[in-house]
Formats: sequence, C-alpha cells, structure tokens
Amino acid sequence: MPESTLLAAALGVVGGALAVGLVVFLRRIVLASKELGTDAERATYQTLHLASRAAKHLRGGGGEAEVLRAGRHLRALLGCESLAIVDRTGRVTVDGDDAVRAVAADLAAAAIASGKPQVQRHLSIGASETDAIVAPVLGSAGPFGAIVAFSTPVRAGLVRATGEVADWVAAQVELGELDASRTALAEAEVRALRAQISPHFIYNSLNAIASFINTDPAKARELVLEFADFTRYSFRRHGDFTTVAEELRSIDSYLRLERARFGDRLTVTLQIAPEVLSTVVPFLSIQPLVENAVRHGLESKEGGGRIAITAADSGAFAELTVEDDGVGIDPETLARALAGDPSTGEHVGLRNVDARLRQVYGDEHGLVVETNVGAGTLVRMRVPKAGPKRDGRTTP
Amino acid sequence: MNPAIGYTAIVGVALVSALIGFYGLRVSRTTSDFYVASRTVRPWWNASAIGGEYLSAASFLGVAGLILLTGSAALWFPIGYTAGYLMLLLFVAAPLRRSGAYTIPDFTEARLESPWARRVTSLLVIVIGWFYIVPQLQGAALTVRITTGLPSWVGSVAVAVIVAVVVAAGGMRSITFVQAFQFWLKLTALAVPVIALLLVVGGGEPPAQLTPAEAFPPSAGPGDLDVYRTVSLMVALLLGTLGLPHVLVRFYTNPDGVAARRTTVIVLVLLSVFYLFPTIFGFLGRAFAPDLAASGEADALILLLPERLVPGPIGDVLTALVIAGAFAAFLSTSSGLVISLAGVISQDLLGGSVRGFRIAAIVSTVVPLLVALATESSGLAGSVGLVFAFTASTLCPVLILGIWWRGLTSRGAIAGMLTGAVLSGAAILGGPFVATSVPLIAPYLEQPAAWTVPLAVIVIVTVSRLDRRGTPAGTDAFLTRLHVPER
Repeated sequence: MPESTLLAAALGVVGGALAVGLVVFLRRIVLASKELGTDAERATYQTLHLASRAAKHLRGGGGEAEVLRAGRHLRALLGCESLAIVDRTGRVTVDGDDAVRAVAADLAAAAIASGKPQVQRHLSIGASETDAIVAPVLGSAGPFGAIVAFSTPVRAGLVRATGEVADWVAAQVELGELDASRTALAEAEVRALRAQISPHFIYNSLNAIASFINTDPAKARELVLEFADFTRYSFRRHGDFTTVAEELRSIDSYLRLERARFGDRLTVTLQIAPEVLSTVVPFLSIQPLVENAVRHGLESKEGGGRIAITAADSGAFAELTVEDDGVGIDPETLARALAGDPSTGEHVGLRNVDARLRQVYGDEHGLVVETNVGAGTLVRMRVPKAGPKRDGRTTP
Repeated sequence: MNPAIGYTAIVGVALVSALIGFYGLRVSRTTSDFYVASRTVRPWWNASAIGGEYLSAASFLGVAGLILLTGSAALWFPIGYTAGYLMLLLFVAAPLRRSGAYTIPDFTEARLESPWARRVTSLLVIVIGWFYIVPQLQGAALTVRITTGLPSWVGSVAVAVIVAVVVAAGGMRSITFVQAFQFWLKLTALAVPVIALLLVVGGGEPPAQLTPAEAFPPSAGPGDLDVYRTVSLMVALLLGTLGLPHVLVRFYTNPDGVAARRTTVIVLVLLSVFYLFPTIFGFLGRAFAPDLAASGEADALILLLPERLVPGPIGDVLTALVIAGAFAAFLSTSSGLVISLAGVISQDLLGGSVRGFRIAAIVSTVVPLLVALATESSGLAGSVGLVFAFTASTLCPVLILGIWWRGLTSRGAIAGMLTGAVLSGAAILGGPFVATSVPLIAPYLEQPAAWTVPLAVIVIVTVSRLDRRGTPAGTDAFLTRLHVPER
C-alpha cells in the first residue's frame, strides 16, 4: 500500500512537470510563429534585443566579466569578426580572435587622442590580413575608451554602425555612472539621516542631573555615568547596524535619564522575545521611537503616562512596537511629516527612522504608525532577521 | 487502556505548550528588569530548545521500536542522531552564526550571490520539511489509536490543526521557552518510566517472556552487521543533521559564534543522556513484549510497556507521562518545522507579509497531512532516516563547501543539489519497486547516502571548476566574515 501510493505520487509529480514543460514549449512555438512578422521587423527586434542585453552589462560598472559579456552581444550586433573594447586605462577586452589584442590597444590609443573614428586597412594579424574600424567612446566629460571592430573587408555600413554603437555605448556607460551616483547619494542621505542626539535631551538631562547634585549626590553620579553610556553609544562612529539587544541597552540608559525628570509619572513595560535580541537593525532605529513617545506622547500630557515596548518573533521577521498612551498625533500632520515636509519639524525622528528602514529593507518595511489626537500612538516596525550583508558587530 | 489517561495527557501538553508560547515573553515593569529582559539567551536554554525541537517521533517512539524489531543494528540510529551535532560543531555552527543568515536559503543566496541558488535551496528545504513532518503525524496517529481507541486519522488531524492554528495565529511569540520546556518534558517522560520499570523488573516480577538467550540472539547482535548499510546510514545521519532547516534557525538565537559552539556542545551532552532511555526501553521490550514485534506495532512499545509491567494506578501515571512526552515530541518538531517552512515559503513566494506567513503556515501543515493520511507508516525511525539521507545528499554538501571552499560557484551548487535530489529521491521513492526485481542492488537503494553524497560533491566541485563565470565577487569578504572570530 505505501509503496504503490508513493509510486503514484512520484509518477504524478513527474507527469505534472512534463505536462507543464510541454505546454510552455508549445506556447512558445505558437507565439513565435504568430509574431514573426516581416524581415525588417525581425531585424529591428533582433537589434533591439541584442542592444538591451548588452546595455545590462555595460551599466554594471565595468568589471572584466561584464565587459566581456557586453562585447559578445556587441559583436553579434555589428556582425564583425572580432571586437575589442579598450577602456580609459588601456585594458583590452577581446571577443573573437585574441591575436588582435596588441593592435587594438595601439589603434584605440590613436583614436582616443584624435577623438574621431578611423578606418585602418590591411593590418597584418599573425599570418592573415584584416581591416579595422576604431571608434572612440566619448562621454560628456571626456573619452571612456574605444571600440575596435575587425572585419575583412570593411564596408561603409559597418563604419557607420560602429560609430553609432560607440555613441550608444557612451550613453549606456553614462547611465551606469548615473545609477552608481544615485546609489551613492541614497547611501549618503542615509548616513546624514543617521539619528542625531537631540540638543533638548542633552539640556534637559544636564538640568535634571544638576538638580540632584545637592539633594542626592549618589544619584547624580549614577545619572552622569548613564549619560556617558548613552552618549558613547549614540556618538559611535563605525557601523551602520547594531543588534536589538544593544539598542535596548541604550534605551535603558535613555529612560533612566528621562525618569530623573519625570519620576513616577513615567511607567515603562517591556515584553521581549529573546529570539529577536540578536537581530541586526539599523543603528539608532528603536531609540528614536521611544524618544518620540516620551517627547510627543507624554511630555505634553498631564499626569505622565505609560510606554510599552515589545519585540516579538514572527517567523523570519522580528516585529518591534513602541506604544504610548499620550496625546497622539494628528494623522494628517504625521503623513506630511513622514513624506518629508519640513514644516512639521517635531516628528523628524519618526521620518528619519522610516526613511532609513525603507532604504535598507525596501518600501514594504517602513514604519507603521497607528495614532489619532488623544488616542496615544503605536509605532510598529517589521524587519527581516536574516542580514548576511549587514554586520551588527560592535567591533569592526 | 483507559482512554481518559490519553485524553488528559494530550490536552494537558497542548494547553501548557500554547500557554508558554503566548505568555513566555520576558516582561519587565521596573527599570532594574530592563537588563534581564534584554539579555540574550544562555547556551543552556538554547541547547534545551534545540533538543526540544530536534527530538521527534522517530527518537521518542521509533528508536525503541526499531531495537525491538532488529536488535543492535538499531543502536546506530541514536548514535548517528547525536553525532550529527559533532559534525555541526566542527564544521558549521560558528561560521553559520557569524554569517548572519537566518535560513539556509539566506545563506546560499548571500554566499553565491545568486537568486537561483536561493530558489533551489528553498525548494529543497520545503520538500525536506514536508517529508519530515509526515512521520510526526504518523506517530500521532499511532499514539491516538493505541491510547484512546479513536481512528488513526484523528491523531494526525489533531496535531496538524493544533500546529497550524498556533503558528498561523502568531502563538509562538517566544518559541525558545516552549521548545526548552518540551525537551525537559520528553526527557522526564522517558527517564521516570524507565527507572520505575527497571526497579519493578529488578524485583523479578513479572518474569520475562523470553530468556536472555532468546531475547538477545547472536543474529540480532553486533557481530551480524551489514557493513555497507551501517556506513551508509551513518553518512546519512551524520551529515543530514547539518541541513535540517528547523535546527539551523535555532542557532540564530545565539548572540555570536562562540555561544553557538558552546550551545552545540551542550546539545551533544543532552542528546547523549536522552538516548539512553529509549535504548533501555527497546531492550526491555525485547525481553518483556516480543509479541509487539510480530504484530507490527513495534513503534507503540514505549506507550504499551509501562501498563503491561506495572498494572494499576502507578502504571496509569507512567502511561500518561509517556503519552504526554510523545505528544510533546510531535508538537515541538512539527511546529518548529512549520515555522521555518512558513518563513521560507512566505519570504520567497508571498512577499514576507504577516498574511503570507499565515497562509504559508497552513499550506505547510496541510500538504504533509495529506501525505500522512494517504500513506502508512513503515517504521518511524526508518522513514526519518531516509529524510536525513535526502538532506545529506542535497543541502549538506553545499553548506559545508560553501563554508570551507572558496571555489564554490552558484552553478556548481545548483547542479550538485539537483543531482543529489534526483539520485537520492529516486532511490528512496523508486527503490522498493526496483529492489524486488533486482535484489542485488537493494541495500544501495534502501540506504543511498553512501553513494549519493560523494556523487553530489563530485558534481559540485567539477561544475564549479568548469564554471567560466568564476566565483562570486564577494566571496573573500563573506568567507572572512564567516571565519574571523568576533573578538
């Protein structure tokens, strides 16, 4: 009984896979025959297809393997025998006959110097003779390199095509540089957004400590140490990531200092699933939420209030919430603040954390805020536990 | 058997597990608790949790049943199940923790920088998880049928429903404490009955049904081992442990590589102690309940032996304890597997949302439930052993080579995983039919690990070497991160 059932299951799986494969194959044949079109349409399609495949590699940043793959598509596009791509530094990548390497380097250097396409006839490569077209790849800020196409004999069409391809390559490389600088800009923005310790907090904490110096020197000393711990963590230079456990420790220092001001008016509840403590999160991403709860939720409310911090395990994600029962935020103001409206300056902490979470984990992992005027605020974040590219270690 | 004992034990375990799952979070209301709440899990706790998650129906019921059936050859199972952690300690635990990956697909994607390697790994993890849950549900069916008299399917459905509901509802908010509790429950549930039974039997009452010479014949002894089968089984068990998805996610709870290593050492000790008891159960069974082997109910040995040897209320208490332990085994292993499977499925197919996780949790219980209902158990320890063989031939080579060989490429990894999966899958699923017509190759199909694992490794190395694209650009940085100690 179990063997026959297993056999039936195995046959079912194999049969199903074959059927799916057959359907996909037939569909492809049918679609291909329907959309073949005229010869001119097919040629256009073929050209655009090769160009788009080459573009992907050209924009990839110019690693040797990327250039090699782009060269393969470009050679197919031009229909020449060998194609060499020479970059600014003189590095030659050849697709086709590798013997042209030295000749290509010389031709490219000459073309880059003159800035114009050149045709060279009757070059001897080893035992055979060939013609070559060199087209410099000129960007707006100077030459990127040159393309050398080898063919016997060189026809006028190939000369024009090589020139066009060189211009097109220049545009793609510039687009690639644009992509790279956009990424760099986003990273710089995140660095700049890295939460900063608020001057209000420093001022308030020092005042609170000062008030204890005479009445309770031991407590004042303890608070100064707490302040030192907190600032050392917040001013840390290296690393954009930390662990939930470290972040909680910093929140502890922060709350001790706030308690010196609020006294019993501030109640804090903490519910932590130990599984999430080693989760790597962006540096100073939870502490600003707690600070926001104290600042905007409770400070302006009579009689103090309650803050609940929870961290729960949710499959491959960690879910962190910070809730207060304070005065709440007007949803419209909050929406504008999160969208980056500078007139709503007081919620800059939330905006800052939200922007960094979106940058690191993608738009679906931004902050979720539930609030209304007088109804308290609940801020929730959900971050993936896996972070092989993010190192939360404190020692670099 | 009195069904009330069975019901009480089953309901009790399910309730206590759910309560710990819901309320097991660390709560602090005063500032002084803050430090305690934000302290990472100690290796002892974590090791208990790994033990709780790992010890499944195969360990709790299957090992004793197999000893009853085949004698000393079955002793290799507990040895292999435990020694797998030695491999984990030596080759995987600390580097994997340092990698920051949560699941095996996370690891392969980061190491090989290839979404396709991730997809293939995810697929294998899902298949392995499903086939590992099936024996748990079959064990539950057996336990419910023996202890309450209800039809078999009730047990499978009950465990599947409990696990699906608790996981989908987000009930496992703190899985470490639940699993740690389940481990100590399982250990108690075997240790107390074994000691009680040994005391009773030591008094000479009731007399053994078989004489020692009959109960332990030389044909079931270590002198009569089939070398190939034993070697192949050990390869499967030692290496299979490395790829078990639900075990590896537990290592993430450790704060660093050193803690991961310490945890593994403690797991080794805990498992060594645990497996003493099912082994003794098996030996007692050979002498006192040989009829169970004949009737095909060998896996029920642990459930039935206490009542047979100690009738009366004490026997009832011991039986209730054993049933509770067995259910803890089914629940803990299946819920651990369902959580990690749901994590993989929801992340790779459903975008990682909470709703996606719920759907994935239900899917990952329903599929194995259907398989469990459609098939009959052919020995719990044996079927789990086959899942180990499959894991050893697919995920384990990629994991070990990914950590220790910088030449691994994504094409090599994918080719090796597919080769291992096809070969060992074909041997496991198709073996029984081919073996009847060609008995000569039967052992090679029943225990395929000894030839599928080396073949998978050869394919990985060859394809990686021939791969013109070369190793991924970030290989050196990633390997440095894996192998450089934290401090």
